[in-house]
This record gives sequence, structure tokens and C-alpha cells, in this order.
Amino acid sequence: MIAFPRWDKQCCPLHAGGLLKIMTVFLFYVFAATALISALSVVLQKKTIYSALSLIVCLGMIAMLYTQLEATFIAVVQVIIYAGAIMVLFLFVLMLLDPMSEALPVPSKHIGYFAIPLGILLAILISLAGISYRAQPAGTVNEGSGDIAAVGLRLFSDYLLPFEATSILILVAVLGAVVLAKRKL
Amino acid sequence: MIPVQHYLVLAAGLFSIGAIGVLVKRNVLTMFMCIELMLNAVNLTFVAFSRHLGRIDGQIFVFFVMTVAAAEAAVGLAIIVALYRNRETLNVDEASSMKW
Repeated sequence: MIAFPRWDKQCCPLHAGGLLKIMTVFLFYVFAATALISALSVVLQKKTIYSALSLIVCLGMIAMLYTQLEATFIAVVQVIIYAGAIMVLFLFVLMLLDPMSEALPVPSKHIGYFAIPLGILLAILISLAGISYRAQPAGTVNEGSGDIAAVGLRLFSDYLLPFEATSILILVAVLGAVVLAKRKL
Repeated sequence: MIPVQHYLVLAAGLFSIGAIGVLVKRNVLTMFMCIELMLNAVNLTFVAFSRHLGRIDGQIFVFFVMTVAAAEAAVGLAIIVALYRNRETLNVDEASSMKW
């Protein structure tokens, strides 16, 4: 367990609790804005490799948000698996296929005329559902933050069967990838 | 402490951007990346609710979603490589022989 230093009035002469709170809120908006801008960049970039790099930035910002939510294990896994493994796989295939050499067609305008208003409508609808969420947690259940010990204990007790099933899923995925990538399909 | 609604609105924005990307883009790799973006938006919702409710089950679900996403990426990219070998294209409109 890593003991983070506690910033309270005793260790700082300034009213550090309020400062920390302002800092937390400020950082949340920085991370959220960067995540949204890089997500837009994924869609708007013409070249696929720029989309992939923007997606890596977006995934990193989401990892930062996980640390703010005290889900440290999930944040580390996000960086290792998503930014480290999945995006490297994407870039690998991108370099292998070299889709820059072929001229990809510009998406036709009338698809955008339908998709963009519908997408904005979707965003507004889900946001309304989120804003109108007023329920408070029933009890004062607090299982602590999501450090690796807490997640591991829960994963290997209550969720042991899904965990084992996941290993079979990964085995099937590896076999499927090997079979699909064979020269003669 | 940031209220959970802020995270929900952010996740809604990310999910919608991903959905627009899947609808608008014609490059199969970019569409695949937009699907990953949508999965991440849902993961953010899971973790935000896990923090809000003080229960850790949401983070376990995020763990499983990440595992499934990794398996999906491996199989999906293998399909894309096979598609490129057989059709010499990454445009989804040219690989529509399984449509009606």
C-alpha cells in the first residue's frame, strides 16, 4: 500500500484543503476537455495514423480520470493494456497494411448530414439521463478505493468463475487470430 | 469532489463521438478505433458509479470489458488483415458482399 502524503492544515500553513479541492476540479476539466478534443480528432483526422495517435492521447486522459476516481489499478491496466497493447497492435497493422498508399474515399456528405445531428441528439439524450440521476447510495457502503489488493480480493473470490471463463475466451481469440491470419484462408 | 453527473456527461460525449465516427468513417481501421472509444466511454461510466456507490464491482466489470476488448482487437485486426489480403482494400463499402 502506498501512503500518499496527506495535505491538511497541519502540514501546510496555507489552507491547503481548499486549494487541493480547486486543483482537483481544475484538473478534471483539463483532462475532460483534452479527452473530448482528442476524441474529436480521432474522427476528424484524414490520415489513419493520426487518428490512432489521437486515440492514445484520449486513452491516457481517461487513465488520468481513473486515478482521480481512485481506481489506481484500473488506471494502470488502462495504460498497459489499452495504450500499451491494443494501440500497439493497431499501429502494427497500420504499418503493415500501409493504407496511406491507397486513396480512401472522402465520406459522402449526406451520411454526415444524418449522422452528425443524430449523434448530437444521442449525446444530449444520454447527458440528460446522466444529469437527471439523483439517487444517492443506499447505505454507507465503502469498500475502499480501487487499489490492487481490493480489486484482487474481489476478483478471486466473488468473480472467480467469470475470471476463469475469460481465460477460455482469450484462448479462443488467440486461436481465431492465428487461423484468420494464415496465408490461405 | 466532482459529482458523478459530470463524469456521465463526459462519457456521453465520448460515446456519441465514437458513434458518429462509426457512422461517418469508411475506413475499417478508423471505425474499429471509434468502437474502442465507445467501450472506453462505458468504462468511465462504470468507474464513476463504482466511486459514487462506494462499491468495487464496477471496477471488476471494467477489467472484464478490457479483456473482451483485447480479444476483440486481436480477432478484429486479424479479420482486417485477411480482408486486405483478399480484397486489397480497407474501405467497408467495397466489402459489402454479406449485405442483403
